[in-house]
Amino acid sequence: MPEIDIGSPDGRREALRTMLLVREFENRVRDRFADNEIPGFVHLSQGQEAVAAGACGALADDDYITSTHRAHGHSLAKGLEPDRLLAELYGKEAGYCGGRGGSMHVSDLERGMLGAQPIVGASVPLGTGAGITAQLEDADWCAVAFCGDGSVAAGQVHEGINLAATWELPVVYVIENNQYSEGMVFDEQHNVEDLADMAASYGIPGEIVDGQDVEAVHETVSAARERALAGEGPTLVEAKTYRYRGHFEGDEEPYRSQEEVEEWIAERDPIENYAEVLAERGELSIDELEAMRADVEATMDAAVQFARDADEPAPEDAYDDVFVDPAPDVERFRERMETDGGQDGGAGR
Amino acid sequence: MSSGALSDQETETVSIRDAIRDGIREEMLADDRVFIMGQDEEDGGSFEVTAGLHDEFGFDRVRNTPISEAAQVGAGVGAAATGMRPLVNLSFSDFIGVCFDQVMNQAGKTRYMFGGASEVPLTVRAIEGAGLNAAAQHSGTVHSLVAHLPGIKAVAPGTPAAAKGLMKSAIRSDDPVVYFENKTIYERRGPVPTDEDFTVPIGEASVERAGEDVTVVATQRLLGEANAAARDLEDVSVEVIDPRSLYPLDTDTLAESLKKTGRLVVADESPLSYGLHAEIVTRVVEDAFWHLDAPVQRVGVPDTPIPFSPSQEDEVVPDADDVGRAIQRTI
Ligand SMILES: Cc1ncc(C[n+]2csc(CCOP(=O)(O)OP(=O)(O)O)c2C)c(N)n1
Repeated sequence: MPEIDIGSPDGRREALRTMLLVREFENRVRDRFADNEIPGFVHLSQGQEAVAAGACGALADDDYITSTHRAHGHSLAKGLEPDRLLAELYGKEAGYCGGRGGSMHVSDLERGMLGAQPIVGASVPLGTGAGITAQLEDADWCAVAFCGDGSVAAGQVHEGINLAATWELPVVYVIENNQYSEGMVFDEQHNVEDLADMAASYGIPGEIVDGQDVEAVHETVSAARERALAGEGPTLVEAKTYRYRGHFEGDEEPYRSQEEVEEWIAERDPIENYAEVLAERGELSIDELEAMRADVEATMDAAVQFARDADEPAPEDAYDDVFVDPAPDVERFRERMETDGGQDGGAGR
Repeated sequence: MSSGALSDQETETVSIRDAIRDGIREEMLADDRVFIMGQDEEDGGSFEVTAGLHDEFGFDRVRNTPISEAAQVGAGVGAAATGMRPLVNLSFSDFIGVCFDQVMNQAGKTRYMFGGASEVPLTVRAIEGAGLNAAAQHSGTVHSLVAHLPGIKAVAPGTPAAAKGLMKSAIRSDDPVVYFENKTIYERRGPVPTDEDFTVPIGEASVERAGEDVTVVATQRLLGEANAAARDLEDVSVEVIDPRSLYPLDTDTLAESLKKTGRLVVADESPLSYGLHAEIVTRVVEDAFWHLDAPVQRVGVPDTPIPFSPSQEDEVVPDADDVGRAIQRTI
């Protein structure tokens, strides 16, 4: 799925399909979460599909991304399979992290998905670090670090970008400005209109792109990627977008009006609008669109079944992987805590 | 030693969530230098603990911050050292990682480095604990890290009365206090004195259940688990103590209890190595070694981050059964 040739009709249809898949994946997550099938917290990215599909579609398999707590779109667009991604959200063994991570901490190094980071801001220095590896290895890949508009208020974001700028690392920082950070409106947390302006203070290019336009995002990130691979250093891309759902599922959204949300859905939807554009250009027939929707639904039916049927991880495996070379302390505490009564029951008299 | 029974006072039954909010509200009414900074505070804050306070007190007193934990704590230290009494909400205690310098080097050392010339009456709220399937970066219990730092006081209530009384004491304290809340016990209800002057002094443990055979020192959520374990054990008389204040720690109450029972279990949801368990055990052993009749027992998380998957989370997070087994191991 990754690396979409947006210059070809096939590539453009692929971009549309990716967005449809993300939308439908999150429809299922929304419903399964509401039914208590999915534990924990989930944060949906509906409305922002063009940023994920456009940016990740501009990347090769070898490129890395780092992501945020709102990572389903980035993950799917980077090529993670919906069934194993969903299984991870269910906390199942077959999930990408064996059920350890869930929605907020999903990762898949094989696909260059270097992790969802719910510590706001932390995705940025991680992306910088991947850029260091690429530079040291003289590699022909780069890193894209996604972060939200809210994260730009966090110190580690500045530190991460500044370091990459100073060292001319091959990194693209994509700020998804969806105008809200939890319940806080953009202008309550920033005193600038455009976050891309910050780029000037690091001495790197700052680009603003319409985050509802998958082709524009693709083009901008492609160009930034080329700069990165050419050794010209990082770029800051601000994608202006909007999230349709609450901050997390269950959020009552006292901070905004439903009219505002509905207006975005009606007028700026990245999927509906792009389908229309492709149809107008004669690159997509109604039948093709229907087939695409049906295909995505079938994929998601199968993914839900897969996630439901998958096995729970073994409880005792929870102690694995704390270290590569396990410390005996973990076993010691476990054994002691599990010992029943008795004078010297593990207490070491 | 104070008793958990509160028998000689008029009380009402409230939840821990409401008790915390009532404590904050009363202190805000009593002293207009008290103000709140935190993310989403204007919408009630994390887990709605401060719901309604923004409407009542307005922006000056209850302010939303951007996602800037280092700035929140650092600005809290600055405001405190210059005359205010800030209450900073860090929400998930795991986030303390991004502002640890401000906690350790600024909050904890300012007064000392200034030669005692300043006070830092800062209160930081941090929400801890597993049980919501929130996975490793949203489920940690980090209070041992903070209680370890010179210059900082740390409290972690397990009952509504302690929650309210300690919040009031924390806000009134001229020292920095980190106030740890466990996110799974906000609905735990219990008696709280109605007297507005009621406080719980920082540094006083409470005997929540009197017993003769085994002392269980249990914090936060595990206080309830320890009480449940104690009820289930018919032949063993268990004394359950909530230390409430982690630093300073009321060693006297703990040691007195051990002198009576001769047996000790420490139950706390933090990782087992180098933490609160070890500190409590050491203090008690220092003061009452010759009264020990059995090896002491620790109940906690076996040095593992908290996994996401519910079956694995249940596995690593201790409950009443774990406390019960630990009690059995001492007899
Ligand atoms: C260090 C830290 N502080 C606070 C939070 C709580 N939190 C989670 S998501 C979020 C909002 C992030 O906003 P933004 O970066 O704009 O991303 P969006 O949610 O809009 O995608 C906050 C405050 C956190 N996870 N980590």
